[in-house]
Amino acid sequence: MRKCEVTGVKKLTLSATAKDRYTTYGLVVLIAVAVQLFVSYGNASNSFKGLLVPTCVYVLAALSLNLVVGVSGELSLGQAGFMCIGAYVGATFSVITAESIASDAVRFTIAILLGGIVAGVFGFLIGIPVLRLRGDYLAIVTLAFGEIIKSVCGNLYLSADKNGLFVALDVKAKSAHAFDAATKVDYVNGALGINGIPRTSNIRVNEWAFVICMAVILIAVIVMLNFIDSKQGRAVMAARDNRIAAEAMGVNVTRSKMTAFVMSAFFAGVAGVLYAHNYNVLDTSNFDYNQSILILVFVVLGGMTKMRSVMISTIILYVLPEALRGLNKWRMLIYAIVLIAMMLINNSVAIKKLVEKIQAKFAKGAENKEGGAA
Amino acid sequence: MAILETKDLSIQFGGLKAVDHLNLTIEKGQLYGLIGPNGAGKTTVFNMLTGVYQPTGGTIHLDGICINGKNPVEINKLGIARTFQNIRLFGKMSVIDNVKVGFGNSIKCSLFESFFHVGRYKKNEKEVTAKALELLKVFDLDGEANTLASNLPYGKQRKLEIARAMATNPKLLLLDEPAAGMNPHETAELMQTIRFVRDNFDMTVLLIEHDMKLVGGICEQVTVLNFGQELAKGETSEVLNDPRVITAYIGEDE
Ligand SMILES: Nc1ncnc2c1ncn2[C@@H]1O[C@H](COP(=O)(O)OP(=O)(O)OP(=O)(O)O)[C@@H](O)[C@H]1O
Ligand SMILES: [Mg+2]
Repeated sequence: MRKCEVTGVKKLTLSATAKDRYTTYGLVVLIAVAVQLFVSYGNASNSFKGLLVPTCVYVLAALSLNLVVGVSGELSLGQAGFMCIGAYVGATFSVITAESIASDAVRFTIAILLGGIVAGVFGFLIGIPVLRLRGDYLAIVTLAFGEIIKSVCGNLYLSADKNGLFVALDVKAKSAHAFDAATKVDYVNGALGINGIPRTSNIRVNEWAFVICMAVILIAVIVMLNFIDSKQGRAVMAARDNRIAAEAMGVNVTRSKMTAFVMSAFFAGVAGVLYAHNYNVLDTSNFDYNQSILILVFVVLGGMTKMRSVMISTIILYVLPEALRGLNKWRMLIYAIVLIAMMLINNSVAIKKLVEKIQAKFAKGAENKEGGAA
Repeated sequence: MAILETKDLSIQFGGLKAVDHLNLTIEKGQLYGLIGPNGAGKTTVFNMLTGVYQPTGGTIHLDGICINGKNPVEINKLGIARTFQNIRLFGKMSVIDNVKVGFGNSIKCSLFESFFHVGRYKKNEKEVTAKALELLKVFDLDGEANTLASNLPYGKQRKLEIARAMATNPKLLLLDEPAAGMNPHETAELMQTIRFVRDNFDMTVLLIEHDMKLVGGICEQVTVLNFGQELAKGETSEVLNDPRVITAYIGEDE
């Protein structure tokens, strides 16, 4: 085998994807700064403040799902299950270490990583059987796994006494267990969930909650977009666009899809950790398949291609119903109209062409500016 | 040693012997033609050579290594790359990214480096971008590097498929009707490019073509398939004048 040697091509500009990446990072920073200024100096209402962290949670969840749906081209309906794992792991960790780890920042950071990693491990385990399936089958099985996870977490008992940790999936097993009453602590309590997530690690009361969440989102977006613009990310997209051709070009399709799936589970887990730390009490009621489908709606209406548009679509679609609360009976009607409008915009050839035209204009302008760069 | 050698290569779909005892020997550097009427089994041969189908009989040796039973990914890594009769590009990716996918296995970069664009990432990516542009230039596609592959006109899509296959740095390039759907001018240009590629990239090319005139203009050796069986093989000019070959094509092309 010989290497290709053709001369005469010299012109190399900053790749289009790199420019695009920085636009997205800029947008995240801009939103973070603008909203935080409004919260700190403006007269933001309490309901507005209360929306901030949940919005971030859904943005991150939608971005993570887009790794599977948009980048990898598979339909997954189990995202809430991975969020549930992250939430439970993160919250349990924070409760257990409430006293032993003094620094809130350290505890919270570890909670985020731990929640993400455990969710990622589950993503891997679930991915082994699930990624053999395609299309509708994959959707159904991920949906089932999501429900199983939720159901397991909802029946989980985790307590400790001086003899160590006690784990059970059955309340009878727990009541049969002889605890040392003086040192017994309950961490996870079946359907009642996790109580007493330490107030100090509760981000809702933190003035900087929003910025912290946006920083997490920024890191997530950087990793995701970097991934997309790498050999591994291109392999995932190649397998999405044409499986047979990807294999013929030496792409290991199963491994690629697994990478995207595990990354997706990891970030969904992180979203779950953020979610859990926004409340004092955590149970599984918010992690059912409705949640997964809601997140999927954000992704699909975000167009599934760009992380940026998924982010924007999630913000609009999550905040809108809340913002419209004052309009009462018109609320759902307006929401429905927005949904339909976004769907039409996504699928309209005319609008796509218009957007492409505008983008081409911008690209040309940028190229002219860079004209001298080699 | 021949770069590709098949012995009694056969495959059966139910009762249909789509390819029957095919013996192909292709020497390094050859531009070899595989021709035959519709449904003769040409594409099926490619599918067996690339591991998409497993032969029901016979052997395939690439550069002396038996590749029977290997999957498409392994076979590509061993040095066979192909294009498809019905174009299979990565439509939602840019032209240059299509080619970069082909370079994928030659890039050494861990997931961690890719997540944070650190370590070997920057250098590798720069190199691969340069190499991809060079390759696109050969096919006159460098001007459209950032276009979505699916937005390319038909003829250019076919060329992009060849560029992408070449990016995997194969020993043997399989082209399935590369000129299908092109006008005579584009076809002539493409044939020049294929010859250029063979000469300058030290490539061996096995090419399926429907149009006999076109094969005559470019291939040194051909094998004619008919109903899955070898009808004739040898020097192109002789084979194309073989009465049996002409009969097989009557009512087809002329
Ligand atoms: N997967 C399959 N299952 C059943 N039959 C198949 C399959 N693939 C190919 N065949 C049959 O094998 C025969 C050869 O098909 P093939 O596509 O190889 O022909 P071809 O020479 O490439 O024809 P064309 O010039 O039209 O491309 C045809 O009769 C086809 O129907
Ligand atoms: Mg064919």
